Amino acid sequence: MSDAESPGNPTLTPDAQTDDFEAVEVFPDSTDMDLRPGADNCYKCTACDVSCPVAEVDDEFPGPKFQGPEQWRLKRKEDEAVDDSIMSCSNCMRCDDACPSGVPLSQMHNTARGEYVDEEMDKLSREYIRNRILANYGTLAQLGSMFPRLANAVMGNSVVQRINEKVLGITAERDFPEFATQTFREWWNERGGPQVRSEEKRVAYFHGCYSNYNTPEVGKAMVRLFESFGYEVVVPKQRCSGTPMFANGMLDDAKRAAGINVENFAGLIPEGYDIIASCTSCSMSLRQEYPELFDIDGIEDLSAHTYEALEYLRIHEDLESAVREASVEDQSFAYHAPCHGRNQGLDRQAVELFRQLDGVEIEDVGDSCSGISGTYGWKEEKYDKSMQIGADMFDHMEHAQGNVGMTECPTCSMQMEHGTGYDIKHPLQLLEEALV
Amino acid sequence: MAITDDVLVIGGGIAACTAALSAAETGARVRLLAHKKSTLRQASGLVDVLGYAGGDGPLSDPYAGLDALPEGHPYHIVGEDGVRAGLRIFEEAVGDAYRGGHTDSNALVTTHGGAVKPTARYPESVAPGLVSTSGDMLLVGLAGLTDFDAPVAADHLAAAGVPFSARGVTVEFPKRFRADAKVTRFAKALDRDEDVDGGTVRSVLADTVAEELDGESRVGFPAMLGDDHDEEVRAELSDRLGVPVFEVPTGPPSLLGLKLEDMLFDALDEAGVRISAGNPAVDFEADDGRVETVIVDQKSRPTPYSADQVVLATGGLVGKGLDSDRESVTEPVFGCHVPHPEDRYDWSEPEAFGDHAFARFGVVPDDELRPTDEDGEPHFENLRAAGGVVGGADVAREKSASGVSLATGAVAGRLAGEEATR
Ligand SMILES: Cc1cc2nc3c(=O)[nH]c(=O)nc-3n(C[C@H](O)[C@H](O)[C@H](O)COP(=O)(O)OP(=O)(O)OC[C@H]3O[C@@H](n4cnc5c(N)ncnc54)[C@H](O)[C@@H]3O)c2cc1C
Ligand code: SF4
Ligand code: SF4
Repeated sequence: MSDAESPGNPTLTPDAQTDDFEAVEVFPDSTDMDLRPGADNCYKCTACDVSCPVAEVDDEFPGPKFQGPEQWRLKRKEDEAVDDSIMSCSNCMRCDDACPSGVPLSQMHNTARGEYVDEEMDKLSREYIRNRILANYGTLAQLGSMFPRLANAVMGNSVVQRINEKVLGITAERDFPEFATQTFREWWNERGGPQVRSEEKRVAYFHGCYSNYNTPEVGKAMVRLFESFGYEVVVPKQRCSGTPMFANGMLDDAKRAAGINVENFAGLIPEGYDIIASCTSCSMSLRQEYPELFDIDGIEDLSAHTYEALEYLRIHEDLESAVREASVEDQSFAYHAPCHGRNQGLDRQAVELFRQLDGVEIEDVGDSCSGISGTYGWKEEKYDKSMQIGADMFDHMEHAQGNVGMTECPTCSMQMEHGTGYDIKHPLQLLEEALV
Repeated sequence: MAITDDVLVIGGGIAACTAALSAAETGARVRLLAHKKSTLRQASGLVDVLGYAGGDGPLSDPYAGLDALPEGHPYHIVGEDGVRAGLRIFEEAVGDAYRGGHTDSNALVTTHGGAVKPTARYPESVAPGLVSTSGDMLLVGLAGLTDFDAPVAADHLAAAGVPFSARGVTVEFPKRFRADAKVTRFAKALDRDEDVDGGTVRSVLADTVAEELDGESRVGFPAMLGDDHDEEVRAELSDRLGVPVFEVPTGPPSLLGLKLEDMLFDALDEAGVRISAGNPAVDFEADDGRVETVIVDQKSRPTPYSADQVVLATGGLVGKGLDSDRESVTEPVFGCHVPHPEDRYDWSEPEAFGDHAFARFGVVPDDELRPTDEDGEPHFENLRAAGGVVGGADVAREKSASGVSLATGAVAGRLAGEEATR
């Protein structure tokens, strides 16, 4: 029978989909996870597979349907070890968005990856060490930013880059992101913290690693913008959001960082603070991955009070009118929506908003994945695939009118710059220019 | 304060897109609020209007069948004008990428099972394979893509009595992929014309098929001939083979469906429709018989969207616009009335293609497409419905799915837009 002729009806044929599931945990070793109901929901429509950017270019990669529900079935039936292909999933989370049936795919991938790294991976292998370094970018960046000029010179040295590739498996094709000479937090302390105090309008800023060490101008824009709307901004001590750790299966590292973040932020919520992130992967992590993966006191509360910066202003202020009344010098952007932003439903907000800003032309370069997915594109063996995935985006950027790129995600911005040579801005920077 | 628009369309399928485009034509400020990707990704990419009605069919003129449809069918509410309005909006959105608009008659299209199906609009790449055009046909299946069994499809076509000869062969794709490779992987290899032994993917595939060609004057492949560069791929294959090349629409996952979805979203963008996708509408606030705000679950946090007019286009049971359990069928966002037999055994017939009651489940619209309650009164003054969530049509049997979505979308969107801008 041809499916094209008869729209299937999964809801009404429960018998067709109750395989042979029993109520057991998906990954029996993981402590508090029961993904069974989610796996049950898979009716094998393959929508997830078609949306996977890695499966499109990687002949070894079996795709999300296998990594998620099918792998679970194998594990349950035959107690099979997690397949090593899980390490090729970039954790872009596009499959989550595609599944019409609510299967928690990325949660399954994250859990399986954690288990694979714990149980299958040689802790002395080059891959493990490399992944650990990449996953803990914040630590590396902290060192680098103590001596930013020296670090920039060293990391930009082609000999060092070759060594990184040969010894560590970090691609030499990419230029290491430059460290700022003054970190965001140094700037924050220098200016003496909050310049606006308010009882009603309060936000706690989760800047993450990248806008602290590499692009403090994004963090500064966030602070000035929110203060201009009358918000009291505080900047609690924080650790990495965990995004690169999830993607590399370093769940212990991630849990440790999450514990500190929850402790430092959740306590502010009763005092009227909401949590704002400027990086869409950070907000994704706090909102979705934290409560999905960890059972920490206050983690649900943190999740429910975390927002991306633009999203927050759109909901709480009349941002649209403010933008409509403003104007900036003529400029034209090629905007790319990061996958993690898309997953939070934020993929259109920058375009929607800036189309109303006098002086600005902005074009969405399509819904393809940029291909870098955080640490994925930094791995020597993944570099080519990363660029193949990104090819659509580069192509659309070059055809777009704008010659400056725009995105919310730091690693997408690296990839955009790497593939096109364009300068890349964060929406907050343009908003600051327009409104402050 | 809530994010505010004139018209809020809830849904992300063909009905929602049409409703949003139609509302935007009235000058209203429109937002589309979609949860997941639409069922278009599973659908064939064909746009059926009406293939069977009142025991007749396949119909050559879909409009001639309208009167024979049962009472309460959404086509009766929107009328022939509504159907034509829907098709007009569709054609403006997709431009040259679709064919069939030159005539009122249905085209007969070859499906991947080798059946012949009446449809109103079809992708340009499908056109050379129409059953109504003459010319012997070679169908080419690919070893890794088991969905399309070319020899079987060809036999079915021949058995259906088509006025030309049809033959099917299965060939190896020039590049070997893992056994369960995705159709997107095949398309990508063709898009990029990847290097393989003896040339590139396109040239080697053409050479392989040329060897099989035995006087046929057209060649059909499953719909996987490229994604971003599909026209180029097809043109090159045609060129090398010296005969027209066409695509046969496939079951899920469907690249033709994906491309249609992309085109519709591009059209929305062009029309200035705002799009918020990725989160579901879960609740609402109403006042004085009007929906005031729709509550969206943004990763477990309720976020309000308000609008003057709302269109519900959340699809049927497949799209999750309707929800069913063992006892009942409900419309989960607004709790609109969905009539259904008390006894679950009366929902379906024993035969797979029988006259199932569930196929017609859905909200009951008034003459302005507003869902009504048990007493036939509209639930809300400013809430309309379109597409699969509307009851009364058995779209699978009638071959009318997209047509019903287009027609009800066009009318609901226009009425909502007119009200909002009044
Ligand atoms: C397998 C298959 C094959 C098909 N083949 C054909 C064919 O050959 N020819 C043809 O003409 N038609 C075909 N169709 C039908 C057609 O593609 C559409 O499904 C149909 O027209 C209904 O469209 P719709 O827009 O009403 O709903 P859907 O396409 O089901 O879309 C519903 C949308 O609403 C969204 N949604 C649901 N609930 C919420 C919520 N609470 N908040 C926000 N968004 C929500 C969903 O995420 C989805 O995007 C096929 C369908 C399927 C499933
Ligand atoms: S998270 Fe991304 S890379 Fe991983 S399986 Fe899903 S779609 Fe593919
Ligand atoms: S999209 Fe969801 S239901 Fe479909 S195959 Fe993937 S996991 Fe299963």
